Amino acid sequence: MRNQVLFLTALIFIISSGCKPRNAATAVSGDMAAKAYVAPGQHDEFYNFVSGGFSGQMSVYGLPSGRLFRVIPIFSVDPEKGYGYSEETKPMLNTSHGFVPWDDLHHVESSQTNGVIDGKWVFGNANNTPRIARVDLKTFRTAEIIELPNSGGNHSSPFGTENTEYIVAGTRFSVPSDYAETDIPISSYKENFKGHISFVSVDKTSGEMDISFQIRTPGVNFDLARSGRAKSHGWFFFSCYNSEQANTLLEVNASQKDKDFIMAVNWKKAEEYLKAGKGQKQKVKYAHNRFNEETHTAESTIKTEVTVLDANELKDICYFIPCPKSPHGCDVDPTGEYIVGSGKLAAVIPVFSFDKMIKAIADKSYEGDYQGIPVIKYESALYGEVKKPGLGPLHTEFDGKGNAYTSFFVSSEVVKWNIKDLKVLDRVPTYYSVGHLCIPGGNTRNPYPKYLIAYNKITKDRYLPTGPELTQSAQIYDISGEKMQMILDFPTIGEPHYAQAAPAELIKNNGQVKIYKIEDNKHPYATKSESEARVVRQGNKVHVYMTSIRSHFAPDNIEGIQMGDEVYFHVTNLEQDWDVPHGFAVKGAANAELLIMPGETTTLKWEPDRTGIFPMYCTDFCSALHQEMQGYLRVSPKGSKVPIRFSLGKNVEN
Amino acid sequence: MKFFLKSITLLFFLTCIITSCSDKKSSATPTMGENAVPATDDYDPNRGEGKFNESNLSLDGFDMAMAEKGESISNTKCASCHKITDERLVGPGWAGVTQRRQAPWVLNFITNPDPMIDKDPELQSQLELCLVRMPNQNLSEDDARSIYEYMRKIDGAK
Ligand code: HEC
Ligand SMILES: [Cu+2]
Repeated sequence: MRNQVLFLTALIFIISSGCKPRNAATAVSGDMAAKAYVAPGQHDEFYNFVSGGFSGQMSVYGLPSGRLFRVIPIFSVDPEKGYGYSEETKPMLNTSHGFVPWDDLHHVESSQTNGVIDGKWVFGNANNTPRIARVDLKTFRTAEIIELPNSGGNHSSPFGTENTEYIVAGTRFSVPSDYAETDIPISSYKENFKGHISFVSVDKTSGEMDISFQIRTPGVNFDLARSGRAKSHGWFFFSCYNSEQANTLLEVNASQKDKDFIMAVNWKKAEEYLKAGKGQKQKVKYAHNRFNEETHTAESTIKTEVTVLDANELKDICYFIPCPKSPHGCDVDPTGEYIVGSGKLAAVIPVFSFDKMIKAIADKSYEGDYQGIPVIKYESALYGEVKKPGLGPLHTEFDGKGNAYTSFFVSSEVVKWNIKDLKVLDRVPTYYSVGHLCIPGGNTRNPYPKYLIAYNKITKDRYLPTGPELTQSAQIYDISGEKMQMILDFPTIGEPHYAQAAPAELIKNNGQVKIYKIEDNKHPYATKSESEARVVRQGNKVHVYMTSIRSHFAPDNIEGIQMGDEVYFHVTNLEQDWDVPHGFAVKGAANAELLIMPGETTTLKWEPDRTGIFPMYCTDFCSALHQEMQGYLRVSPKGSKVPIRFSLGKNVEN
Repeated sequence: MKFFLKSITLLFFLTCIITSCSDKKSSATPTMGENAVPATDDYDPNRGEGKFNESNLSLDGFDMAMAEKGESISNTKCASCHKITDERLVGPGWAGVTQRRQAPWVLNFITNPDPMIDKDPELQSQLELCLVRMPNQNLSEDDARSIYEYMRKIDGAK
C-alpha cells in the first residue's frame, strides 16, 4: 500500500508539474487565460495594426493581450487630438473635392525590405474618396496622404511589393476616366467605364509617395491584391469580380458567370514601357498632403498629371486567370509559388502555380481574351483545388511552415490546410462571420507563426449588450501547435477589416520619437521662451504666441480681442520629457482642443461670438498643479479702445 | 480504497502547490513613482546620481561665452519655472544655487532628475513645497555645463 502511494505520488508529480488542471474544460480555459495574459507592466510580443473601417482610423493593439494602445487618426477628424481641427493638420484631409473629414479605412500594409516587415511605416487605404496614407512608425502619426485619380472605391489597396517599391491601388468601382467625358449615361458602362490601377512609388528613405503610373484595364471591380514574392517578385495579382460589367443590382447581375478573374500584372514589364515612353500623360486632379516634422505642419499640393499605360495596347503587362465566383482574397504564399484565390461564392479554393502560369504565358495556353486581354486556361495555371473547405472563403494567410489558413465568412470558421497536398488539417469556429485574418508577417516571406487573429463582421451575443449598436470584435488563436486554439476575444473600434502585426522589438527599437527637440522646431509661429511670448494684431487677425509648461501658459491674461477678430493660438509646449503633452481649450471654440506634444507647436483658430471673458485651460492632466493651468481672454466690441495687452504672473498694465 | 483516493487527491494538490506554481518571471520594472522609498545606501547626497563627478568637471576660470550660451538655452528650457533671484516660481530661484549645491550635484540633477528626485532626501522635502517634479528637459552634457556657467554668473563669477 505504502509503495503504491509513493509510486502514484511520483506519477502525479510528473503529470501535474506545471499545475495543469485535469478536467478537459478547465484545462482548455486555464491554458487559454495564461496564453493571452500579459502581466501588468509587461509588454506584449507583437504590435497589431488594425484597420478602423468606417471610423477612418487605424487602431494599435498588443498581442496576445488584445489591449488597445492608440487610435491613429488618418482619414477622419479626431477632436481629441485636434487632428483635422488644428491649422497644422487641416491640410492632411484636403482632396480634389476640398476638405473631406471622414473616410472608410479597409486595409493596412506594412513596409517591407527583402520581403519581410521592416518596421518603418504602415499604409492604409481610403475607400470612399480614394487615397493612400502612410503612417510613420516612429511617431505613430499620419505622415502623408495621396489621392488617386480615375478611381472609385479604393478597395484593392494598399498592398505593397517586397521592398515597398510600390503600394498599389485598384479601383473597386470602374468609372469613366477623369480625363475623358464623364457626364455620360450610367448605362454606357460597357463602352465608357474603365478600371485604373495605381502604382504608387515609395521613397526608400523618406517614404514619400508618388503615383508612378496607372494601368488602364477593362471595366470590372477590383477587390483585393497581393504582390508576388521571391521568385514571383515583379508580379502583382488582383482579384476581380463583376466581369459581367453590371451597373445595377450587382448582387444578382455580377454573380452570373461561373468564373471571374485574378488579374496577373507584370509590373517590371510595365516599368519598361514607362521608361520607353509608352505612357500617356493625362490631365487629372489629385491632392498630395505631407506632414513636415520640422515645422509640425502639413502642406497640401494639388497635382494635375498622371501617366497611364493601356493594358490593351501594351500586350504583355496584364493576364487574366479564371477564378471561381467573385474572388475576394488572392493571396501569395511565402515562397511566391502559390496564389490562393478565394471565390466568396465558391465551393472550392483554387490554388494557382506561378511556374505554371509563366509556362502557360510562354505557350500561349489561352482560352481566349477578355476585352483584348489574354485569358489563361484555368487548368494551365491551376496547381489544384481544396475541395469542400467550407462556405464563403474570403482571405488566406500563411504560417511559413507549409500551411495556409483561410477564413470562411458564411460558415464562420477558420480552416487550416496544407498547401502541398491541399488537405484540410483543422477547423475552428469564429464568433461570428469572419472577414480577414492576420498572422504576424503572414503575407511576407517570413511569418511568425504564433498567433492568428480573426477579424469578425458580427458580434451578436459575445459581449454585454450596448443597445442596437454593438462593439466590433476580433479573436486570437494560438497556432503554434497542430490544432488552432482560441485564446481571447477582444473588442475593436470601427470595423476591423484587415490588420498587420509585427514583433514588438522591431518597432519599439526603430528609433521611436519621444519628444520633438525644441531647438529643431521650425514652426513659423513657435515661441521658444516665455520672454518671447506675446500677442500680435495684424488687421483683424490676432496671433497669440503662447508657451505651456507644467503648469502654466504664458501669457495667461489677454485683453484687446475684438468682435470680428480671428484669433490664432499658437501654443508651443516647452517640455522636453517623454509623456508630457499639454492640452489647450478655450470656451466656445467651434472646432476642438489642441493636444501638444513636448517641443511641438500647434495652432487653434478661434472666433469670438460675443463680448466678455473667456476662460482657457489645459485639458491634459500634467502635474499636481494641472488644475491651476488656466487663463483668461477678454473680448471687447469691435472698435473698442482696449489695446492688445497680455501678462503672466501680474495684471495687464493699463 | 476511499481513503486511498482521498489521500491521492490531497497529495495531488500538495504537489501542485509545492511544485511549479510560482511565477518565476521577474516583476515589472518599478515605475519612478512619487512615493518610491529613498535608497540611501549607494546614493551620495553631495554628488547626486549621474555622469558627473569631481574628476570629469573642470571649473577653473569663468567662461563668459559659455555662460551666455547657457543663458540662451535656459531661456527656452528652464526660465518658465526658475527665476534668477531667490524667489520661487514653479521651482526654487537660482540665486545662490552654486553655493548651496556642489557642481556635480547640479549637473547630475539637471541631466538626470527623475532618479535623483526619488532618492535625494532634500529634493524629496522640496517636492513637498513645489508639488511639481523637476522635468527632464533633455539637456546634452554640453548644454548642462553651459547652464552651470550661467548659474555661476548669476552668483557673481567674473
Ligand atoms: C516645469 C518646471 C521646471 C522646469 C521647466 C525646470 N525646472 Fe528645475 N526645478 C523645478 C522644480 C519643481 C524643482 C524642485 C524639485 C524638487 O526639489 O523636487 C526644481 C529644481 C531645480 C534645481 C535644484 C535647485 C535647488 O536649489 O535645489 C536646479 C539646479 C534646477 N531645477 C535646474 C533647472 C534647469 C537647469 C532647468 C532647465 C534645463 C530647469 N530646472 C527646468 C521645476 C522646473
Ligand atoms: Cu498642462
